[in-house]
Amino acid sequence: MKATLAIQRGSPGEASHTETLEVAFEPGQSVLDGLRVLRRDIDPSLAFRFSCINANACKECMMLIDGKVDYACTVRLKEGVTTLAPLPKKKLIRDLVTEIAPPDERLLPSS
Amino acid sequence: MHLETDVLVIGAGGAGMYAALEADRAGASVILADRSLIGRGGATVMAQMTVAVALGEQTPDHWEYHLADTLTAGRGLCDERLAAILCEDGPRRIREMDDWKVGWAREDGHIKQAQAPGHDRPRCVYVDFLSTGPAVSRTLRTQLNGVSGIRRIGDLAIVDIAVRDGEACGAVALHVPTGRIVTIAARSVVIATGGLTRLYRRNSASSNMGGDGYALALRAGAELIDMEFVQFFPIGHLAPRLVGMDPIMWDPFRYKLGGKLLNSEMQEFEEGYASADTRSDGNYVLTRDLATYAISKEVEAGRGSPAGGAYLSFQHIPEADIRRAFGPVVDRLAANGIDLARQPVEVAPIAHYHMGGIRVDDALQTKIAGLYACGEAVGGANGANRLSGNAITEALVFGARAGRHAALRASNGAVAWSAEAARPAVDLVNSATRRDAPNTAAMIVELQALMAEKAGPFRTDENLRIAADALARLTRDIGETPLSSADGFDPVLVDWLDLRNMLLVAQSVVLPALARTESRGAHQREDYPGLDDSWAVNQLVSLSDGRLELSRSAPVTGRGAA
Repeated sequence: MKATLAIQRGSPGEASHTETLEVAFEPGQSVLDGLRVLRRDIDPSLAFRFSCINANACKECMMLIDGKVDYACTVRLKEGVTTLAPLPKKKLIRDLVTEIAPPDERLLPSS
Repeated sequence: MHLETDVLVIGAGGAGMYAALEADRAGASVILADRSLIGRGGATVMAQMTVAVALGEQTPDHWEYHLADTLTAGRGLCDERLAAILCEDGPRRIREMDDWKVGWAREDGHIKQAQAPGHDRPRCVYVDFLSTGPAVSRTLRTQLNGVSGIRRIGDLAIVDIAVRDGEACGAVALHVPTGRIVTIAARSVVIATGGLTRLYRRNSASSNMGGDGYALALRAGAELIDMEFVQFFPIGHLAPRLVGMDPIMWDPFRYKLGGKLLNSEMQEFEEGYASADTRSDGNYVLTRDLATYAISKEVEAGRGSPAGGAYLSFQHIPEADIRRAFGPVVDRLAANGIDLARQPVEVAPIAHYHMGGIRVDDALQTKIAGLYACGEAVGGANGANRLSGNAITEALVFGARAGRHAALRASNGAVAWSAEAARPAVDLVNSATRRDAPNTAAMIVELQALMAEKAGPFRTDENLRIAADALARLTRDIGETPLSSADGFDPVLVDWLDLRNMLLVAQSVVLPALARTESRGAHQREDYPGLDDSWAVNQLVSLSDGRLELSRSAPVTGRGAA
C-alpha cells in the first residue's frame, strides 16, 4: 500500500511550501514510521522530532496531522493523502519541528 | 556561547536527573543537559515495571542476598564493588523516591514486591505494570522543578568532553534548534547518557541511546569495560504492528498471568532449555539470556512464527482474568487489533540494555580526573548478564553517588577552563559542509542491520569479522568532515555526529566480542559454546592515537565503602 504525505516544510522567516511524497507501507505502521522511511530513502534533511519511536512516552512527535494535533507515533498511515504540518501555536523551528520545551528548559529564553 | 558551572551532567534520564539533584544537595551549581527534552528521552521513561531492591517488605530480605543473585547472573564478571554499592544503597534511594511520592504499589500496608526471574525471593517494587518508568521520570522531574541551583537545558547535544592536562574541564555542545556551538566550563562532568541499544535494528529504548557517552569517554581518554555484553530482551513485541506501546510490554503480562511461549508447531519449548538453569521458578522460567537463546534456536530450527520469532499465547487464560489483570490496557490492545483471549502475539529478542560501559572506580570516577559516569553508561556492576529489575536501581543509586562525588570535587577548586581543550570539537562542528552524499539516515539504518545480523546475541568469528570490515568501510564513508543540510535543527548534522559516535562504539563492541572465544551470559559464540574458565576476565577498550586497543583485567572483588 502507498501513503501520500503532504508535508509543510520551511524555516522561520521564509514562506513555507508543501512537499508531497509517497511512501510504501504495511497496514498498522505509524506516520512516524513513514517519516523515518522518507528520511532514509528520499531526503535526510526532513526535520521532525522524535525520541522513543513507538511507546508514546517522550511526546516529542506532536504535530498537526490532517489538521488535528496528534502524535505521529500513534496515528497510522493510510492510503491516500495525509497532511502534516508543524504545531500552529508553537514557535516554528524548521519543517515539522516547533519549540515545545518548557521555557525554563531552553538554552535561550526566547528561542 | 559560553556557560560555566560546577557540575555538568550529560543526559537527563533517571541517572542524570538523580545526579543533578544530589550534586545540588551537596552545594554545587549544576547544568543538566540533554539532547532531547529533559526527563523524556533515555531508557528510564520507557521502563515498564520492575525495580529490584532488598527492602524486605514482602518477605525478609537483605541486600547481601540481592548481591548474591546479581553476582550469579553476572557469571563471574561483575565488579563486585559496584554491584555491592547498587544492592546496599538501593533501599535508601527507593525509600527516598517513596518520600517523593513516586507511588510504589502497596498491599496490606507494605510496599508490594514481585518475583522476577533470577531473584531468590519477591524483590521487585513497581508503580504499575506498564508505567513504573514514566512515574519515576515524572517524580524526578518534579524534584528538579523545585530546585533553583540546577539549570536544565534541552536540545543540547554534547560533541566532546574538554580535557586539560588529563583532567575534564567541561564540554563542547551543539544547540540543535539553532545550530550554535556552546562551550561549557565545568569543574566536574558526569556522563549519564545511557546505553547503546540504538546500534541494533530492533531495540526497546529511545532513539537517542546510540552510545554517545561511551564515545565521549573513549575520546576523553577513559576506558570501557565488558563492551561485548549486550542484553537482548527475549520477548520484544514483533507482530502485529503495535503503536503507542513499548515493545517490552509483555514482561508484566507474564509476571502476572504466566503466558506460554510457543513455536510454529504450537509447542511450548522453554522447558527444553531450562535444564541448564537451576534458578527457574517454574512459572516464568528462563532468565533473559537463556530465553533469547531458546527463541533464536527455535527460529533457526525452522520452528519460528511467521514474522521470525515465537508466539506468546494467553489463550489458556479465561478472558475475564485477562480483563481483571490488565483493565484498560486490554482496550489499548484491542485498538491495535489484538485480542489476547483469541490469538497469540509474536515476540522476538530485541536489544534492551548494555551491561558494558565506562570503567569507573567506587566514586564512579573514570581514569580521567573529574570525569564521572552513572546509570547504564557505567560498565561492570552487572557483569555478563543483568538481572531483571537492576537497571532503574542502578540509575538511581549510581546517579546519586556520581552527583555527590562530582560536587565534592567541584568544591575543592579543581581545573580551570581551557578554550584550547575545546578547540578540536569546535573546529570539527565549524567545518561542517553541505554535500548531498552519503545519506546519513540510510547509513544509520545500514549500521543497525549490520549489528543485528553480525554482532547480535549469537556470534561467530566469520560474522564478527564481516562486521568489523563493514564498520571500517562506513567509518571511511562518513569521512572526517561533518555533513550539514540546514542552519537550525539539522538532522543531517546530528546524524553525522551520531554516526561518528555509533561507529566508534560499534567497533568497541565487535573488538572484544571477536577476542572472547567462549560463551558467557549475553555473549554467545556459536563457534565457542560454553564457558571457558580462562575467560573469567574483563576486557577493556581504550582509544590511543585514534586506534582502539584491547586489554584484559581480573574482575574487581571485595567491597568498597557504601
